Amino acid sequence: MAEKFTSFTAVAAPYDLVNVDTDQIIPARFLKAPREQGYAGFLFHDVRERPDFFLNHPVFGKAKILVANTNFGCGSSREGAPYAFHDAGFRSIIAPSFGDIFFNNCMKNGIVPVRLEESVCASLRKFLGENAGAEVTVDLTSQKVSAPIGEFAFSVPAFFREMLLEGVDEIGLTLSMLPSIEAFEKDYAASTPWLTPLS
Amino acid sequence: MPRSLFEKIWDRHVVARRAGQVLLYVDRHIVHDGGFHARKDLAKRGLKVRRPQNTFGTPDHYVPTVSRNPADARAPEIRRMVEAYPASMKQLGIPHVLLGDERQGIVHIVGPELGITQPGMVLVCGDSHTSTHGALGALAFGMGQSENEHVLATQTLWQAPPKTLRIHVEGTRPAGVTAKDVILAVIAKIGAAGAVGHVIEYAGSTVRAMSVEERLTVCNMSIEAGARAGMVAPDDTTFQYLHGRPFAPKDFDAAVKFWKTLPSDADAVFDREISLSAATLEPMVTWGTSPENALPISSVVPGAPQRALDYMGLKEGVPLEGLPVDRVFIGSCTNSRIEDLRAAAKVARGRKVKVPAMVVPGSGLVKKQAEAEGLDKVFLEAGFEWRHAGCSMCVGMNGEIGRPQERIASTSNRNFEGRQGQGARTHLMSPAMAAAAAVHGFLVDVRKIS
Repeated sequence: MAEKFTSFTAVAAPYDLVNVDTDQIIPARFLKAPREQGYAGFLFHDVRERPDFFLNHPVFGKAKILVANTNFGCGSSREGAPYAFHDAGFRSIIAPSFGDIFFNNCMKNGIVPVRLEESVCASLRKFLGENAGAEVTVDLTSQKVSAPIGEFAFSVPAFFREMLLEGVDEIGLTLSMLPSIEAFEKDYAASTPWLTPLS
Repeated sequence: MPRSLFEKIWDRHVVARRAGQVLLYVDRHIVHDGGFHARKDLAKRGLKVRRPQNTFGTPDHYVPTVSRNPADARAPEIRRMVEAYPASMKQLGIPHVLLGDERQGIVHIVGPELGITQPGMVLVCGDSHTSTHGALGALAFGMGQSENEHVLATQTLWQAPPKTLRIHVEGTRPAGVTAKDVILAVIAKIGAAGAVGHVIEYAGSTVRAMSVEERLTVCNMSIEAGARAGMVAPDDTTFQYLHGRPFAPKDFDAAVKFWKTLPSDADAVFDREISLSAATLEPMVTWGTSPENALPISSVVPGAPQRALDYMGLKEGVPLEGLPVDRVFIGSCTNSRIEDLRAAAKVARGRKVKVPAMVVPGSGLVKKQAEAEGLDKVFLEAGFEWRHAGCSMCVGMNGEIGRPQERIASTSNRNFEGRQGQGARTHLMSPAMAAAAAVHGFLVDVRKIS
């Protein structure tokens, strides 16, 4: 069930790297851990070995919003990536673009992926780098990011905005539409009589 | 109104619309041993698999490849994953194959091989390389555990309409240039983010001339260009491939009649179109930590990005040809089909490996076919390990990984930092190029030896 999200304010950290893949966000060897155990410790596990990595910074290490770069969360479909962000307290990631599957996975885990212009993300990262500890607000109701350098409008798919604002259970919603699905299936089966069951 | 292959499939799977999203009907859902979070969540909610008859399971991510015995798993917690899979399939009533069954293998090898994947379908799987199946003219894409659970419970998925990108690949491939080289060249050209938010249709004479297995390799790595899915219009090559496969339609002619209506209309409109000439391509290898860092084997290492150079232990100006490797992996959903193994065996025949090298067939059926052709003997005599089917060293989830700083020639799909083990350095290439690297101990231009 989607966690409710209206507005979130937190210290934001800049991360300049492009094409950050989900293997970096969480190495595959941790994906077998039970969800109840918590995934916070897996977040960027191996990247943390670099002393200059943002999570090792005394201030950015406490950040709960990340301002990233192009194609953030590309690669593997592992939902362990948003699990790790979520369990570490992150509720929003801002970037010019995201890996498509990671984008969807974030919204299922109460994390709002915010797409902003490349130049805006670059300015934000620069400002945050020079002003460690600055806070950013991501407001899903007004679809605005508020930072000390300005306000920036964004848009997430209306459907997911509704799910997050209301904390709607997506599976419950779809199951409430079961008559439509069954009607579709009847017509579909009639139009594809050659399809055989896999069992 | 003229429509593309993608639009034709999308339109006929729309169950409902709501706030810009479409509730898309799923024809086939393939599941594997890594999808346990989804199945656990489903059970926790007391929900059942709504359409087991549209679902199929095969274990691949965690299985050992040294044998078919779960006791040979590299660690107790990996063994637990291997042993949890059959119980989970049984509990949920999902049709499946078990470890040891000759039909078991990597999800993206098994789907097409058994005829589960067919033109015109929407096929999903909790794995990003689900784009592979688009080679048969299906709309196929990967998803996370929550979406996986949603499909199990409802047989549908809420999706935003993607954009479309057509990539024309034209001309005859020179000798030694494979489907892997074509897709690496595409990714190098458009970048790892080049197709974010798009479904790619691969078209053009080069693609038309490809076998289905070659098309599977091309579509497989669509995700490495950021694409949601990759597809190729079904044609006679597709129909011949599917004919006689276990789950192929009983009334095959009726299916073919429908499948022939699927290719994009002549005047279909795409959001973007890109062209690439295959005639001037060379065998490709990656040098960095993103699949977009791909260059012809005749190139030298470029000067940036520095982080990739540092991770890979490379310096600007060093020729790629001649770069020593420590290990070779031939396998993965990109390149572990019979044609891949034949190409690798052709290079390995009569030669000896200089470094540890292993061949991991994509499925038990691929392994059986290779053994019927004597390819196992070719590999074993050359000093390769001949393994059982699984994802193995492509993702390392079964514990089969490289060591830190080890340089690996690999036929897989991702050269990310740590992908094949913490600190391991991956160079992606075709099966023939990987076999050539194995028997030389360094990267070579396969055109010079075959």
